Amino acid sequence: MSQSSQQPQRTPLYEKHLESGGKMVDFAGWEMPINYGSQVKEHKQVREDAGMFDVSHMVVLDFKGAEVKAFLQKLLANDVARLKDAGKALYSGMLNKQGGVIDDLIVYYLADDFYRVVVNAATRENDLKWINSQMAAFDLTLTERDDLSMIAVQGPSARGKVVSLLSEADAKVASDLKIFFGAQLGDLFVARTGYTGEDGFEIILPNQQVADFWGQLIDAGVKPIGLGARDTLRLEAGMNLYGTDMDEGISPLQAGMAWTIAWEPTERDFNGRAALEKEKMEGSKSKLVGLVLEDKGVLRGHQKVITSHGEGEITSGSFSPTIGKSIALARIPSETQDNCFVEIRGKQLAVKIVKPPFVRNGKVLI
Amino acid sequence: MSNENPNDLKYTKTHEWVRDNGDGTVTVGITDHAQELLGDVVYVELPEVESELTAEENCGVIESVKAASDMYAPLEGEVTEVNEELDGEPELINSAAFGEGWIFSMKLKSMDDLDELMDADAYESFCQE
Repeated sequence: MSQSSQQPQRTPLYEKHLESGGKMVDFAGWEMPINYGSQVKEHKQVREDAGMFDVSHMVVLDFKGAEVKAFLQKLLANDVARLKDAGKALYSGMLNKQGGVIDDLIVYYLADDFYRVVVNAATRENDLKWINSQMAAFDLTLTERDDLSMIAVQGPSARGKVVSLLSEADAKVASDLKIFFGAQLGDLFVARTGYTGEDGFEIILPNQQVADFWGQLIDAGVKPIGLGARDTLRLEAGMNLYGTDMDEGISPLQAGMAWTIAWEPTERDFNGRAALEKEKMEGSKSKLVGLVLEDKGVLRGHQKVITSHGEGEITSGSFSPTIGKSIALARIPSETQDNCFVEIRGKQLAVKIVKPPFVRNGKVLI
Repeated sequence: MSNENPNDLKYTKTHEWVRDNGDGTVTVGITDHAQELLGDVVYVELPEVESELTAEENCGVIESVKAASDMYAPLEGEVTEVNEELDGEPELINSAAFGEGWIFSMKLKSMDDLDELMDADAYESFCQE
């Protein structure tokens, strides 16, 4: 997994983070900014205006070859055949044979013989081992794009600020990108995707250019945002964090990812399919739900959830700066419908079960 | 970022500050160093007024966006007042750790106990260890 025992790695933006007062911490073997002063202020900056994240530690994988589509149809629970227009992206789990989630990822369809996949930094070694073990029977090549960095620019005014930095022709293409589409614009791969519940772009570009582009974004009024706010933003958006909300022992059916499983066509035999079909038939024993604490206090990962059908556990919890209450994702017995209790320091506090997302495009949805 | 630790205060190893009010009571808060480590404070579980505390007893919790952190009684005594403002504005601990972000006051069993705590210089070096 991560090389935590070794010297932490640094992205090409390391110096930029220090310039902006970033508090650097170890994340999956990378020295990354947890915040630049106030996590709550950074959170609000993204919800109300525009902020940017260095996500260069994430792993960009380019798959090329005649059988790349067939390979990805085997590798992923979601079906890349759904991608009919060049640049279209898809979110999917990559499952093991038991139906457990090895990683969650985004795949971009760039051409019939070229797909780009972005996976998590923390799972890099394990993902690559698995992918390589699955590739043998297919005619394709895999290139790890360590020459590329990635910036996520997110918030209601994010797209406008990015577009202002592009040439007239590129600006036109970027402005016209639909949600979950990407396009190669010169050296920049610009995609209308993200992990915050806000509109924005994720931009993949050469390592040599990323510091300069970051500087231009700062000049355009985009503020740097740390991993701390990234976590509260994605939690409000009801988006899973790999290793926290799901892992190799959890199926997508128990991780709120049922919508990412493409059951049709039935003859597509993706990894984990048989196990998932069995689970679907027998019924999953647990489900991932959203929780809201009406009382004062803060829900945290691993706190016990008490329901009338047995115990569950909070997988991610925090204070929601947008809602002003604490929220969480929790895995609880499937039968649970009513409200339940969370045990905090020996006290049982009532929590409301909700369907995530909690917040989208700046609006509270619960 | 970090402010000077005021010279007129006493300090604990668990990063509380203690102000002698001169009337047999002291006011307690957490230091600027502590609030910086915690990050944005979102909720404070205050001790109850009139509760009797022993030195180093767990007497409350400060929850930041990042984590929950226990708060300890600096010395033995009885809680006389708590900062109700923190209910609505827990961020006062971040913005004014040594002032409006005070947490509670207590009547010490013996004011002489104050001598057991660190002064600003000792606390400063303690933080650098």
